[in-house]
Parts: sequence; C-alpha cells; structure tokens
Amino acid sequence: MSLDITRINPYFEDVMPQEYIDLEKNGSFGSEKRLGDLGAFKELLEEHPMCAGCHLALAFRVLVSSLPRPEDSILVGSTGCSSLAFTQLALHNIHSLFGNQNAVASGLKRALKLRFPNKVKDVIVMAGDGATADIGLDMTLHSWFRGENITTVMFDNELYANTGGQESGMSMCGAVLNMAPTGKKFQKIRVHELAISAGCAYVAVVSTAKPKNISECFKKAILIAREVGPTYIQIFTPCPTNLKIKPSDSKKVAAERFKGDYAFKEHITDEAREYLTSIKDAVKKEALETEAVLVSEDKEIPLEGG
Amino acid sequence: MNYKVLKGPEGYLPPAASLHGVCLPEKGEGIIEGKCVIRDVCIRHIAKSLLEAKNPTFFPGPLVIWRTTDYALERGKLIREIAKEADAKIIPMPDYRPKYPMINPSVEINPNHPNLTIWHNKIDVGIFIGVHCHQANLALKIIRGGTDCYTVALCAEEGHEEANASLRDTDNNTLKILLDIVKEMKKGGA
Ligand SMILES: Cc1ncc(C[n+]2csc(CCOP(=O)(O)OP(=O)(O)O)c2C)c(N)n1
Ligand SMILES: [Mg+2]
Repeated sequence: MSLDITRINPYFEDVMPQEYIDLEKNGSFGSEKRLGDLGAFKELLEEHPMCAGCHLALAFRVLVSSLPRPEDSILVGSTGCSSLAFTQLALHNIHSLFGNQNAVASGLKRALKLRFPNKVKDVIVMAGDGATADIGLDMTLHSWFRGENITTVMFDNELYANTGGQESGMSMCGAVLNMAPTGKKFQKIRVHELAISAGCAYVAVVSTAKPKNISECFKKAILIAREVGPTYIQIFTPCPTNLKIKPSDSKKVAAERFKGDYAFKEHITDEAREYLTSIKDAVKKEALETEAVLVSEDKEIPLEGG
Repeated sequence: MNYKVLKGPEGYLPPAASLHGVCLPEKGEGIIEGKCVIRDVCIRHIAKSLLEAKNPTFFPGPLVIWRTTDYALERGKLIREIAKEADAKIIPMPDYRPKYPMINPSVEINPNHPNLTIWHNKIDVGIFIGVHCHQANLALKIIRGGTDCYTVALCAEEGHEEANASLRDTDNNTLKILLDIVKEMKKGGA
C-alpha cells in the first residue's frame, strides 16, 4: 500500500508530465539507492534554485538520495536557504516556522505512530545552523530531552546565508561577515556535545568533503532513530556566496576544514550499537533462511517423468 | 447577501466568497454561482457547461492521479469516460509544490499559479477533481481573480463556494450519474 502512493493511476499515465513517469519508473521509491548510483536514477531533488557551488545543495542531494525508505519518509524543514530546495522536492515535507522544526517533527512523529502503528515512518528534520542552534535551540534540545524518535540534520554553513550573512551561534569566533563587520565575539556553539548530553543515541559531525560518509552516517541515524532515540547529524556545508569565494572553491574549503577543525566525529550509545548489530544479524539470518528454503524447495521438486 | 460567484476576471486577489455570505451546500444540494440548488439541478448544470464549452479541461489532483486505492482507480476510469464523452482534455495537478521558477503550463497545472495553465491552453471550463480542499480553494480563487475560465469543483467532501459550480459528496456513483446525463444530453434528450 505505501508504495501505491508513488504509482501513477493507469488511467492518467498518458497525461502525466515526464518527470513523474521517470520518478515512478526510474526513481528511488521502493528501492534502496547508493550514492554510487547518482546520475543513474531519477533523483528526488532536481532543478533547485540554490547558488552555484552551494554545498548545502550538495549535502541535500546526498541526503535525499540516501533515504532508506523515501516513500515512508517525511522531511521537516525550516526557514533558510534549505527551504528553497524543499519546494522542488518530490517527497512529503513540511515547512515550519523558523526555529520550530523539531517541535513540529515531534508532533508529526507521534501522530504517525498512532495513525500507522504497524509501519515505520521516518521523520527527519533538515534545517540550517541558525534554525537549529539559535532561534530553534530550545525546540532542538527539548526534542532530544524528550527522547523523540526523530533525526535532526543541521546544514552548518556557519552563518545566516538566506538573509545576507549575519553571524550565527555556529559562526567561528572572529568570523567577519557581511553583517558582522567587526567579527564574531564568542566561540562556535558545540551542538554535537549538547546532543550527546541531551541524550541523542547517535551523533555524527560530517562534511561535504566526504559525501559517502554523510550518506552512511545519515542511514545509521535514521535506523537508530526508529527504535532507540533521537539522532543528530551536523554537516559542514560551505556557502561560497557569503564566504566570497569562487563556487568551485567550496570543495577546497570543505577539504581544508575537514583536515583541521571540522574533522569527522561520531558518537554512538551502546544500545544503538547493539541495535545496529541486531538488525544486521536479522538481515543476514533472513537471507540465509531464504536460501535454505530455496535449497530445500529445490530438493522437493519432483523431476518430471522421473 | 446577493453576491454571485461569477467567472472572472474579478481582479487581483478577489475576496473570499464566504466573506460575501456564500455558504456551502447542505447534503443533497450543489452550489451554482454562490447559490445552493438541489443536487440534480447542479449535476445537469455541470453537464451542460461541459458540453457547451469550447475547450473543457479536467484537472485531476493527487487524490485520483495516484494509484492509492481501487476506489481511486475506478474514479480515474470514470473521469476518463466523462472526458471522452464531453470531448474534454485532461491536465493533471500531480502535487502542490510551487516548483520555481515555473511549471510547464502545457502539461500540468499547479495550485500556486493555475492561471498560467489556463491562459496557455485557453481553457474556458475547468473541472477540478481529487484536489485537497484547501489547495482547490486557493486555485479556484486565483482563477476567478485572473482569468475568464468557468470553474467546476467535483468535491468528495463539502463542496466549494469559490467555484462557479460545485457538487458535494461526489462519490463514484455521482460520477456515473454525471456520465449518464452527459451522454443523454449529447443525444439531445435534455
Ligand atoms: C521567526 C523568524 N525570524 C526570522 C526570520 C528571518 N530569517 C530568515 S532565514 C534566516 C536565517 C537562516 O539561517 P540558517 O538557519 O543558518 O539557514 P541558512 O540560510 O544559512 O541555510 C532568518 C533569520 C524568519 N524568517 N522567521
Ligand atoms: Mg546557516
């Protein structure tokens, strides 16, 4: 049933715009895609209006291509540059008032649990650093304190990109920006540490310097959020427009910071680790059992004429 | 109040019909240009508008365009049959994304700028079906504000006061009745 919402009613197939036909026939609904498949299937996000060289857009593309079950995922966004991508996204999504995203996601996840008790619905927040760590910090932290089964992703471009370059709590100390001409006066907020002490079952600090790593951590975060508790992914996504660098240099900035202060960090609770192992074992067991059944069925088939 | 929900263009952002005192139809009723009438009268009026139009076009929305239920499947079949009888085109509204900078108006319609599709295809009668109510009202109001298209809303819920003509509780049985009436009218039996 859940996949049926992504299938075109055959009575309208001949009048559907091509992009929907492509999404149905060659999209990621109902089939897990890997990052390596990018370019070989119809993506859920296309023709977005973000700036050239925007690494938030790159991270967004990687994330939506890595969803374990896109047909059962609902993304919650907030005000900021990422909201420009949401309008082009072929997935259920909600735009929330700036800062409210984790509160909206909490309610949504709870409602979905009641409405679809036998189904997994992944609720994922994707918002900027301003939304997550400044105006929405209260909502972010409290959703973690309450142990909500949601994943929170922060696109950390270390400033308010959408409104022209104000400093955010995530800007580096001393950062000089369009609207912070004298430089930021205090340290970058350590949200990943807050996430750990607030009770997140899985926390990863990643960077667009390593897209595959983003994809792997994101998948883990979603799986853990289903059963164990809240999860948090913080992605460094340099903004060439506000950093005043060439679009092609975003990659260089990400790589340099990855080697320096924006290196990969991962925290996983014992419970979450056990859960990951248990589902891996279950998948393996299921595969083995299916194989055994196939083999035994093979044996039982009487040979024709034999 | 005697406000009539006539076809536009009424001007940029016309006031909501409900603010002029237009009420939704009761069970067993439909609504024509702001006035509630008995259901059969409304069905016949819709059939007539369809047949008299130069370029009638159905706008099926997400509730019928996707294969969610067998009911939606059958609804699709009936819509195609009515459209065929009335020689109407079909332009889908597959979802409600604003899709910046612009949708392709020759193949789809969008609730955020439905006027583009209507202007582009010179549609004089547009029939909404399977569109979630709040999105339908948004589209209907924009169309009434900026185009001279006559709008019909075949609503499975309580009907649409923003449409020029609308039925409530339009289940598949009602669609069958509409289909029969269209056929009958075509034969000249009306
Ligand atoms: C309640 C509210 N306050 C302020 C704003 C103005 N506003 C829009 S986007 C934005 C900054 C967004 O920054 P961030 O979350 O880091 O996202 P980015 O644009 O950098 O991706 C602000 C302050 C708003 N839209 N709503
Ligand atoms: Mg930002």
